[in-house]
Amino acid sequence: MRAARPRPARLSAADVLRTGAAGLRTRPARVVLSALGIAIGIATMISVVGISASGKADVQRRLDRLGTDLLVASPGVSLLTGEKAAFTPGAEKTARRIEGVEHSAATGTLTGTVRRSDKIPEEDTGGITAQAATETLLATLRGELRRGTWLNAGNGRFPSVVLGSVAARRLGVDEIGRQVFIADRYFTVIGILAPLPLAPEIERSALTGWDAAREYLRFDGRPTSVYARSADGAVSRVRGLLPRTIDPRNPQDVKVTDPSAALQAKAAATGAFTDLLLGLGAVALLVGGVGVANTMVVSVLERRHEIGLRRSLGATRGHVRLQFVTESLLLSVLGGAAGMVLGSLATAAYAASAGLPPVVPVWSISAGFAATLAIGTLAGLYPAVRAARLSPTTALQTP
Amino acid sequence: MSPATSPSGEPVVELTAVRKEYPGGVAALAGVDLTVRRGEMTAIVGPSGSGKSTLLHIVGTLDRPSSGSVRIAGHEVADLRDRELSALRAQSLGFVFQSFHLAPGVSALDNVADGLLYSGRPLRTRRREAAEVLERVGLADRMAHRPHELSGGQKQRAAIARAIAGDPVLLLADEPTGALDTASGDAVMALLHDLNAGGTTIAVITHDHEIAATLPRRVRLRDGLIVSDTARAAA
Ligand SMILES: Nc1ncnc2c1ncn2[C@@H]1O[C@H](COP(=O)(O)OP(=O)(O)OP(=O)(O)O)[C@@H](O)[C@H]1O
Ligand SMILES: [Mg+2]
Repeated sequence: MRAARPRPARLSAADVLRTGAAGLRTRPARVVLSALGIAIGIATMISVVGISASGKADVQRRLDRLGTDLLVASPGVSLLTGEKAAFTPGAEKTARRIEGVEHSAATGTLTGTVRRSDKIPEEDTGGITAQAATETLLATLRGELRRGTWLNAGNGRFPSVVLGSVAARRLGVDEIGRQVFIADRYFTVIGILAPLPLAPEIERSALTGWDAAREYLRFDGRPTSVYARSADGAVSRVRGLLPRTIDPRNPQDVKVTDPSAALQAKAAATGAFTDLLLGLGAVALLVGGVGVANTMVVSVLERRHEIGLRRSLGATRGHVRLQFVTESLLLSVLGGAAGMVLGSLATAAYAASAGLPPVVPVWSISAGFAATLAIGTLAGLYPAVRAARLSPTTALQTP
Repeated sequence: MSPATSPSGEPVVELTAVRKEYPGGVAALAGVDLTVRRGEMTAIVGPSGSGKSTLLHIVGTLDRPSSGSVRIAGHEVADLRDRELSALRAQSLGFVFQSFHLAPGVSALDNVADGLLYSGRPLRTRRREAAEVLERVGLADRMAHRPHELSGGQKQRAAIARAIAGDPVLLLADEPTGALDTASGDAVMALLHDLNAGGTTIAVITHDHEIAATLPRRVRLRDGLIVSDTARAAA
């Protein structure tokens, strides 16, 4: 009689998990300590990615509101005189005729300084420029007034001024009706603008009406900047047409900029710092993985009897290997899960304090999970192989 | 003699010219022939270092002989791969150790149930069978106790329950009373006698002459050789 060859049983997934978890349940302090490294690594990476994503989402949200369809044209520097040239009067009206342009406006830089009063020395400009502005500027920039009114056909003829947000702060003006000294006379503040992220040069300006500038400030009426707001999708075409429309004779000198692109570039530039922190997180994760591996090696040494017993109960080498890899995986996943929660909380807390929309990208969570699984497997493999190689009889020997 | 101990049962253990040499030239077993038949209860005695544990490991397929043939429950051990030997242990062999080897912090019930893990039974079945077998060894009221809440004798009975839970063809015990006082040791031996009366084939290593004297068959080892065997003497 010949007996059939014995075949080892396959453990169910639940039994594999139970056996793997059994080794952790009896050593809770060690579990916490060795999972901590992984938790810190994952938390760092998730929060770095989350905070940077929240920042980008914030820029995107602001851009969506401000629009990415604003173009600013400025004249080049004259080759003959070396001075900054100006466009011909009415250049903004010409720009408006380009198909796809919905709003256009012009500003003209004025020569006089802007001061709180005539007692302040003339050199003390505070970085504020006086500019003439067309009535259409506010709508073109989608700007808002914090106080007072905007320039119009009526007040634009009188010595009235609207201050940009930064200019108002530097001049210490917080209410309308105050007077500021421009060039050689006082102007009455009739409005203060809210911040304009797409036009920081306007934030730093004191704006007078076009006619008032000609009348009181010797303005020649030639625009030094033309703003054009185009319809959806028309920006690139408008960009191509703008130079030769507003300056047909020297189109090559006209400089056209897209302020939203600058804002986007600034947001992208914060990425370099992010990479550094991400690298730090990766190092923490690696150290965490080494910690798990170390815990597992110690665990295998300590649990020789258990391994021997399991072999005597019929565990194959594969069963023992699987048990220790599972244990290492659980340890690592535990740390990873804690890290994800911590990282998400840190992102939420930072976003809340900085007024950003909290974003934790799904890819960062999946990448964190994948990294955790990979580290758990790698850290557990060597100890597991050692455990499985242990001879059952030596494992069972009482020391 | 009871029919259970009749030597006419089919052989469970057949050793032929088994040698075991450890690195360094120590011959722990120097040519052992031994047959154990179904239903037998055998004491393995001999001085320290005579090769008793080595013999038990080889019979229990935890180790392979350097030479000679080992047949356990009809399987030629040399023909089986490591994983097949593991399966053989899971299905046909039960072990009891001097130091119990119970998992700390785990209830008696789960310690016994885990003994069935590698037989492929589902958890519910393992728990049910563990409860039944704990009742058989007299620990019905200690199932939820963890090892440190059990006396030495109770621990060994739980360990025996774990060893017999899968209904093994052969139960191997290495000094099961070695760590126990006389009363607990007697209770453990009484349990083993009961199991044998119920049909389990048992081999027990012991140093204790009184205990050995109570067993139907005694195999004496010295320097890796069988120097006396009551079964062979009777034959
Ligand atoms: N792993 C090993 N490596 C080397 N020699 C060993 C090993 N295990 C046992 N031996 C030797 O083999 C011989 C038999 O050992 P074994 O453990 O079988 O004796 P024993 O009869 O069980 O003794 P005891 O009654 O003290 O338990 C001894 O000389 C021992 O030193
Ligand atoms: Mg021994």
